[in-house]
Amino acid sequence: MSAVITATGLSKRYKNTAALDNVSFSIPSGRIVGLIGPNGAGKTTVLKAILGLTPFQGELNVLGLNPCTHRDELMENVCFIADVAVLPRWLRVRDAVDFVAHVHPRFDRAKCEAFLKRTKLTPNQRVKQMSKGMIVQLHLALVMAIDARLLVLDEPTLGLDILYRKQFYQNLLEDYFDEDKTIIVTTHQVEEVEHILTDLMFIRDGKIVLDADMDAIGERFIEVLVNADRAAAARAMRPLDERQVFGKSIFLFDGADRAVLEGLGETRRPSVSDLFVATMKGTYA
Amino acid sequence: MKTLGLNNMYWLVKREFWEHKGGFFWAPVITGGIFLLLNLMGIITAEVIGAQHGIHFGAGGELRTLMSRMDAGDLSKVGLALDVAMYSAIGIIAVVLGFVVFFYCLGALYDDRRDRSILFWKSLPISNAGTVLSKVISATVLAPVIAIVVGIVVGMAQLLILAVTLSFHGVNVWQLLVLAHPFRVMANLIGYIPIYLLWALPTVGWLLFCSAWSRSKPFLWAVALPVAAGLLISWFGIMGLFNLPTTWFWVNVVQRGLLSAFPGGSLMASSHGFSVGNGNELGLLDLGQTYQILGSANLWIGVLAGAALIAAATWFRRWRDDS
Repeated sequence: MSAVITATGLSKRYKNTAALDNVSFSIPSGRIVGLIGPNGAGKTTVLKAILGLTPFQGELNVLGLNPCTHRDELMENVCFIADVAVLPRWLRVRDAVDFVAHVHPRFDRAKCEAFLKRTKLTPNQRVKQMSKGMIVQLHLALVMAIDARLLVLDEPTLGLDILYRKQFYQNLLEDYFDEDKTIIVTTHQVEEVEHILTDLMFIRDGKIVLDADMDAIGERFIEVLVNADRAAAARAMRPLDERQVFGKSIFLFDGADRAVLEGLGETRRPSVSDLFVATMKGTYA
Repeated sequence: MKTLGLNNMYWLVKREFWEHKGGFFWAPVITGGIFLLLNLMGIITAEVIGAQHGIHFGAGGELRTLMSRMDAGDLSKVGLALDVAMYSAIGIIAVVLGFVVFFYCLGALYDDRRDRSILFWKSLPISNAGTVLSKVISATVLAPVIAIVVGIVVGMAQLLILAVTLSFHGVNVWQLLVLAHPFRVMANLIGYIPIYLLWALPTVGWLLFCSAWSRSKPFLWAVALPVAAGLLISWFGIMGLFNLPTTWFWVNVVQRGLLSAFPGGSLMASSHGFSVGNGNELGLLDLGQTYQILGSANLWIGVLAGAALIAAATWFRRWRDDS
């Protein structure tokens, strides 16, 4: 029972397109999973299914419950931040804290107030008077004060400046995350999350195309910086991707022999964004 | 279902009040204020014009003499007139309440889908049934209670204004106030709330259903569907199949479904047997009269239809997936 989420043969169709096509995966406890994919790949559909917001075919088990039939029970242990626009505009900071404190059994008011003290938010302020960054600060303060087992973040930092984005993930890591909690995050700003992720899932056209932990990814994918004279040799090893920088070629290999690659040039671990671009080549073509 | 506890319900209704303070609280307060202001202006204008033209109505004690010559029947008419003054203040607030409840219900399960804040509410452990129920309670209990409390305050102020004005013309204020029945008026109004709740249920249910179901323009659906159905039925004379006149559909479906949130609808429906002119015209509003509606099938069929529509709204609240 260490798996927080188990999906088996998850499918979902919207009219004539398959948003999810027979997807299976399992997420253990104490992980931070990045669910990365191009627009329209099915990321949000996966999250909605996990949160019991949409019906689906196949089997899905979240914290031992079926999100479709036991949603109210499930939401005591699951928190959710969609993108920044979802706090109602009329809500005041004070009322938001009051409300969540009284309807959520696992909410810690003192904790929330401590988080809010670190921001410029004032109790009487309404959401409509806040900047996007401040709305996220409020939402994050509410969510981090809830002792939930699963936190789902759907593009949580969309439209925020870099200061807010860095602070967002730093707060999550320092004040929230521990081995009993699991975080699933979808984002397009891959560079900013790659250092905090423990697991990576790539989704494309409703299918999971990569599902591995970060250590395994470091083993499996290797980037080599090759001088022009050895490029043909590298190309012969069937790289995933090739690009030119300053007269040299950078090749990305999946599961190639490390010793051979080291003979070709300088090897390094690819960044998640380079890996993503290579994997998703031709998505919009 | 522990998530449907009383404590939760209190906070859910409180949330509705936070969001709709303008409609629930300020609308009746401002209406009442304007009503009093207009009355005051009217009285002042009358006094000024009277003074300019040298008419000193009651200055010589004629009015007092007039009152002292009244018999019990005449005096009860004076009291009745004062009660009418009180009811009139509340009547205007009641019309405003009708509009507030109508548009509140229409937006209650739609607005948060449109601005996507539903995703925040749904991230909390609140059942959909609890959410919908809190909206029903806000529309049928919270809003009318606030309106009636405000109405009573405004009505009392109106009564005082009239009495004080008359006292300038030599009539004893207390003598007048004793003739009125402010407490009976209050009791009648507060006692009417449960009837309002039951009577408004089909409209509240229908509007909440449209609010939860429609993907856009809930107002258009809520109004156009019953009206179009009524037109079709009138056109083809379908009601004739049931040996009923076409107006039956308009009165019992269209009007009942759309306008029952306006207070007083049940009075008109139950007033067939009421004879005007038995000396107490306002008896129509007495609890003995208003509660007669409890014996009518019209009320209870409406309650059933309202409950079914609210159940359907809850289902759509759970499964409508467009945010």
